[in-house]
Amino acid sequence: MIRYTLRRLWQSTVTVFIVLTAVFLLMRLLPVEGYFKDAYDKMQPEQRENILRSLGLLDPWYIQLKNFYAKLFRGDLGQSIVYRPKVPISEILSAKIPYSVKFGLTAMALSLVLGLAMGVIQAREKGKFWDKIFTAYIVFINAVPAAVYLIFTQLYVTSVTKLPILFDRTKPSSWILPAVSMSFSGIAGYAMWMRRYMVDELNKDYIKLARAKGMSSTAIMVKHVMRNAFVPMAQYLPTSVLATISGSIYIESLYSIPGMGGLLVDAISIQDNTLVQALVLIFSSLGIIGLFLGDVLMALFDPRIKLEKRGGAR
Amino acid sequence: MTAKEEKTISAIEEQELFTFAEFDEEASERTGYSNYSYWGSTIRVFLKNKSAVTCLIIMISLLAFTFIQPYLPNQKNPITVHLDPNTGRQLMNHPPSKEYWFGTNSIGQDLWARIWSGTRTSLLIAIIVGVWEVAFGIAFGALWGYVRQLDALITEIYNVIHNIPTTIIMMLLAYIMRPSFKTMILVMCATGWLGMARFVRNQIIIIRDREYNLASRCLGTPTSRIIMKNLLPYLVSVIVMRIALSIPGTIGWEVFLTYIGLGLPIDTPSLGNLVNEGRRLIMSPSLRYQLIFPSAVLSLITVSFYIMGNAFSDAADPRNHW
Repeated sequence: MIRYTLRRLWQSTVTVFIVLTAVFLLMRLLPVEGYFKDAYDKMQPEQRENILRSLGLLDPWYIQLKNFYAKLFRGDLGQSIVYRPKVPISEILSAKIPYSVKFGLTAMALSLVLGLAMGVIQAREKGKFWDKIFTAYIVFINAVPAAVYLIFTQLYVTSVTKLPILFDRTKPSSWILPAVSMSFSGIAGYAMWMRRYMVDELNKDYIKLARAKGMSSTAIMVKHVMRNAFVPMAQYLPTSVLATISGSIYIESLYSIPGMGGLLVDAISIQDNTLVQALVLIFSSLGIIGLFLGDVLMALFDPRIKLEKRGGAR
Repeated sequence: MTAKEEKTISAIEEQELFTFAEFDEEASERTGYSNYSYWGSTIRVFLKNKSAVTCLIIMISLLAFTFIQPYLPNQKNPITVHLDPNTGRQLMNHPPSKEYWFGTNSIGQDLWARIWSGTRTSLLIAIIVGVWEVAFGIAFGALWGYVRQLDALITEIYNVIHNIPTTIIMMLLAYIMRPSFKTMILVMCATGWLGMARFVRNQIIIIRDREYNLASRCLGTPTSRIIMKNLLPYLVSVIVMRIALSIPGTIGWEVFLTYIGLGLPIDTPSLGNLVNEGRRLIMSPSLRYQLIFPSAVLSLITVSFYIMGNAFSDAADPRNHW
């Protein structure tokens, strides 16, 4: 297991390097007009050149790349160039990340608890009343575009419950609605897959054997069905936890939460190279670690899964 | 056992234990034949499910209608801007009427025609991307999950493609060539299979070392046969469920891309464009029809695929066959 972990970690470092270099070069392929927003036409060619030179964008790409990695190894993410010029990236991110992570984790906890409970009830009562009610919810959430039901939630729920429409750091009541509406799709997702996996599992022969030998229905559910049904979902858990850092574009723009949602998209479209590189470094590292931890978690839940090479395996 | 006894036994054996079996054609037919066919039974169980069949019919007719609609009499062009005959100005935000069945949008285009043209575009994108996702994603995912020698390589490919933001690729493509139906499909195909591949891989990792696969390996079954006969059939039900979600998922993705400003150009109507156009008018209740009509079509598609997927998943489990 230790050898496997070390191999995966070494490989991850290589992957992050490839991703970062690729993104670095791709950003340099974008047209230079992008660095000036609307001011491009108003500037003299010399002005433009001065600005580009001061940003270090006129050097050959390999020199830029070398400078970037040299800085990175000193632990310096650099300064933003367009988004908030001359502000260190670490300062921008440390102000934004806590919001996204707090909302994301709350929403995730809600979706896990409610979603799994819903899925279990559905599987136990397949085809009966609660199964139909919850299926209706799942279908609704999947069917209506998120952009649409979220905006309606904001409009109607705030008018009925008198909760504040926009997020306000100082008012705890303004935290509720964003967190709850962020969990809507998560609840539906967990419930849907939990139901599917449990229904498939309940059909298997070993369940019949467990019934025949007189195990109680609850014991079968908890010890056999739920544990087996949760394994494929466990793979995605670490990724979801780590991904909360990237925020939710829809929710954060609707409630004007100063989080990370949409920051990467914005940074790319205004061509803030250093900010894009920092974000890609963080997101890709977390994404890669998430995939690895997911594998480990899956192996923990189901000891039959062996990650290392075993005799005869291909 | 003494040597003497052994001798007597072997003397009997020679004659009695090994006799050639007579080949009997009738006997071989009596047992070896069953008219059970997996896919035949799956489809039969699926067709028993009335709501799923209704959804299937709705989807087929919806797709057919989007193609027939432009040739029906009295249809308008989806990108023509209509003018008010009295004032000569653009017929903006005209509510649904006899002439404009679903009303007109903020620049005076006929919403009825736009919705069907948009549904055609979105469904086509979703089907093409969906088929690619299924074929490529399952093949890649199965190899990724089962063949450990490929694990490092494919994990690498997955992580690299997954972590390069789609936004950069879309912006570069938009810079190199005009964003269109084709570029959209290209980008979605390039990244869309990743989710399916990871899903299939996880499922396969769970079952790859179960005893029956170990036994198969001991008997020297080739990898391709293990994947095709041992692993994938076991996973049909969950994979079908995932496929059913991938078509509405692709449409939702297109809505999202339009939301962040990387969707199709405005002169190519699609459900993504229409929903986003409608979303901007949400504050004025009299104009909400512009959001409700496209959302309704989108919801119909998603609900149908969800119900069909669930029904097919149940049907694909041989324990539900008879």
